[in-house]
Amino acid sequence: MSAIGVATNRVEGRAKVTGAARYTGDIVAEGLVHGFIVGSTIASGRVLDIDFSRAREAGGVLRVFTHLDMPRLRSLASPPAGDTHLPMQDDRVLYEGQPVAVVVSETFEQAREAARLVEVTYDRSDFLTDFAGNLSRAEHRPLYGMPPDTQHGDPDTFMQRGDVVVGATYATADRHHVPMEPSVTMAMWHGERLILRDAVQGVMLTRNTVAQALGIEPSQVEVQCEFVGGAFGCTGFIWSHQLLAAALSREIGRPLRLTLTRAQTFTAHGYQPASVQTVRLAATQDGALLATRHDSLLAGSVAGGHVEPVGWGTRSVYACDNAAVTHRVVRLNKGNPTPMRSPIEGIGMVATEIAMDELAFELGMNPLELRLRNYTDTDLAHNRPFSLKRLRECYSEGARLFGWPQTLPPPATLQDGRELVGYGMATAIFQTFRSEASARVTALQSGRIRVETGTQEIGGGTYTVLAQVAAEVLDVPVANVDVVIGDTRLPEGPISAGSRVTLSAGSAVQAAARNLLTRFGEVGRPNGESLAAALQRLNLDELSADGRWQPEQESRFSLYSFGAVYAEVGVDKDLAIPRVRRVVGVYDAGKIINPKAARGQMTGGIIWGIGQALLEKSEMDHTLGRFLSKNLAGYLVPVNADVPDIEVQFIDGFDAEAGPLGARGIGELGGIGIGAAIANAVFHASGRRVRSLPILPEHFLGQT
Amino acid sequence: MELSAVTSAAALLPTISVRRAEATAQPSPAAAQKTTLDLHVNGAVHPVSVENRATLLDALRDTIGLTGTKKGCDRGECGACTIHIDGRRVLSCLTLAVMTDGREITTIEGLAEGDQLHPVQTAFIEHDAFQCGFCTSGQIMSAVACIREGHAASDDEVREFMSGNICRCAAYPQIVAAVRSCSGMEEI
Repeated sequence: MSAIGVATNRVEGRAKVTGAARYTGDIVAEGLVHGFIVGSTIASGRVLDIDFSRAREAGGVLRVFTHLDMPRLRSLASPPAGDTHLPMQDDRVLYEGQPVAVVVSETFEQAREAARLVEVTYDRSDFLTDFAGNLSRAEHRPLYGMPPDTQHGDPDTFMQRGDVVVGATYATADRHHVPMEPSVTMAMWHGERLILRDAVQGVMLTRNTVAQALGIEPSQVEVQCEFVGGAFGCTGFIWSHQLLAAALSREIGRPLRLTLTRAQTFTAHGYQPASVQTVRLAATQDGALLATRHDSLLAGSVAGGHVEPVGWGTRSVYACDNAAVTHRVVRLNKGNPTPMRSPIEGIGMVATEIAMDELAFELGMNPLELRLRNYTDTDLAHNRPFSLKRLRECYSEGARLFGWPQTLPPPATLQDGRELVGYGMATAIFQTFRSEASARVTALQSGRIRVETGTQEIGGGTYTVLAQVAAEVLDVPVANVDVVIGDTRLPEGPISAGSRVTLSAGSAVQAAARNLLTRFGEVGRPNGESLAAALQRLNLDELSADGRWQPEQESRFSLYSFGAVYAEVGVDKDLAIPRVRRVVGVYDAGKIINPKAARGQMTGGIIWGIGQALLEKSEMDHTLGRFLSKNLAGYLVPVNADVPDIEVQFIDGFDAEAGPLGARGIGELGGIGIGAAIANAVFHASGRRVRSLPILPEHFLGQT
Repeated sequence: MELSAVTSAAALLPTISVRRAEATAQPSPAAAQKTTLDLHVNGAVHPVSVENRATLLDALRDTIGLTGTKKGCDRGECGACTIHIDGRRVLSCLTLAVMTDGREITTIEGLAEGDQLHPVQTAFIEHDAFQCGFCTSGQIMSAVACIREGHAASDDEVREFMSGNICRCAAYPQIVAAVRSCSGMEEI
């Protein structure tokens, strides 16, 4: 019975459409109390005094914690901590919104009310929040333990030899994840044992990190997370609210739930940092790239070391023998940035792919032809072949579906009613992340199959995909498989970040299921007998097998997923409002396990790209040193009316080098390329080259 | 008013002591007083005693224990808390519980008939119209109302009339397809 590759409804669908699915904030415990964070109102300085006498008089307040009585935490590296400045350990304030007190009350309303009555006196220091105004302060700092500058060949020499050289600076904005579920953590202590109900992207990483901070063993901590209401990167690492809930529940001696308000989520768990990226491309007259430079300045934080590696994709995407990539960071009085859909290439390819469009117009070449002219099956940055690359088919199939013209009409010549219309395209690449994973698969006499692994469902379809993998191996219907995830008592599973779960956890489940069949053989099950029948005949309640998968340390291949994205944009002639009219995306991500959920991943990512290109920007108020619009009215994310017809196709393949399922990651892939495709279409529509995302009506004011 | 006080102080002096802006906030005892009322939810009557400041959303979730309705923003921006009051879609986070005494409230838990899912619920599963699922209760309650209102005649109309419900996973094309598939159904 084939299950892999079959469009499959989500196995948890019924729970989600009936309201039965239990998210962290839905769970109650006997004696539950509520914590509410008081965030700093200044961006830098010291806490001089916290007067909570009036807060204490408000009804229901049990206690107000400050840095004076907050338990001391062991220091943590970042990652896994989101922020190296752990909460309420001293009087220093490094950014606005940083927790300075926590009110604990019997009800949420009481805690929120009392938090309002806490009076904090600060000694305020100078602060730095203006990224664009302080680019000269950019520092050379490591990039997740790797060097920030890399190159191959001799880009400086060959930059001089181009028939055509283009160079420009591109900007992207601070953006926030804003998952629909504001983060919430519930902590309960049973003696020396801590149970955390938490909305996270990694139960195992949360367990290990919280244990380390509290100075206890990971075996003393259980983290449970059945459903997460979206994450997109913001709960990949471990943040203050989780540590506060864990530590303060022990102090109070009762289960404690700490819920962030929507406003608090804007300072509690990171954001995608703004960037200023300069890309230079030198090419021959016929479009062959001779040299590439991608120099990036990133917003960073004094509270942590995140440097977004935006340039990583640029060295690998095209056949260019000479390329250099640099990263510098401006450390600001803001919370630490963190990965956000789509990280790395999701930001960097904006600059590279707009630059490629500029080069195409400079050369008088069709932008698609320029990409094909520089096509490569070898990753020149790492001097090894791509494992399986079918980007050429993505380009051609996308062009066919979109109706990409052989010859683009000149910019600003197409019109439809009030709108100037334009076409743009871009390449998407995303490196494949993989990690070790373990799983257990159990056959029960009832005929049901239980799959267990310590990963979690953040919306990508993990429950369903893991059920499909087990069903395929064991030749049972998907409906017979129960997937148990989101619990640290399960075999070690991967973090839900970097699009790695299907590949990593799926491979472990496949191994466990295959091992289970081997065990059935050992106990005397003949081929053709159902597992349930075998168990009945053998008088066994159940039979289990473990499986483990570990990617090789050093692959001989470069593992990337690819795509070609085509966008049609209209720009209102009078109001200069850009609008996406339609999008076609064709992707090569190896084997697609569940085409139904995969399509949703890609359309979702494309819509994130619409947000990146036209809507999303977290403005800073540099007088107060705070994000200006900590809400969903001021921080604009796409709504249904922003979304046009989107067509998505996959070039089906099987990447055996990536893993035994043949699959690579897709979750981040859809959000890559689309931002540049839209920006390029805006240029083609209007003749105006906007090099700053999001593209807003004011970009069309004044001289070209 | 509080903002300008801090702004001017900060602008004048680089290093000074400032008091938290909310220092002048007053306790609100009347809001904390409780009122007794009957909440009619999904055909059942729940006599409850709630604080005057409690929203219908919090009353449903915390007092009655119906947690299917979600809190995404608590200020009417996201639509995750959408429910029906007397058949109309309403944001329960912008509705005080004390305003709804005796009115007919329907939540996501009240949509199915026993094991028989409502057609819109089935359509959401079939069209993969959700991912993380956190906005889904609100999307479905909005969708049912949208169809009943007669605003599901075209894709563009659905897009417009479903735009009060944010889905950050961005399952919008699938939501449109699900709603359109139920458009015109008698039993909605």
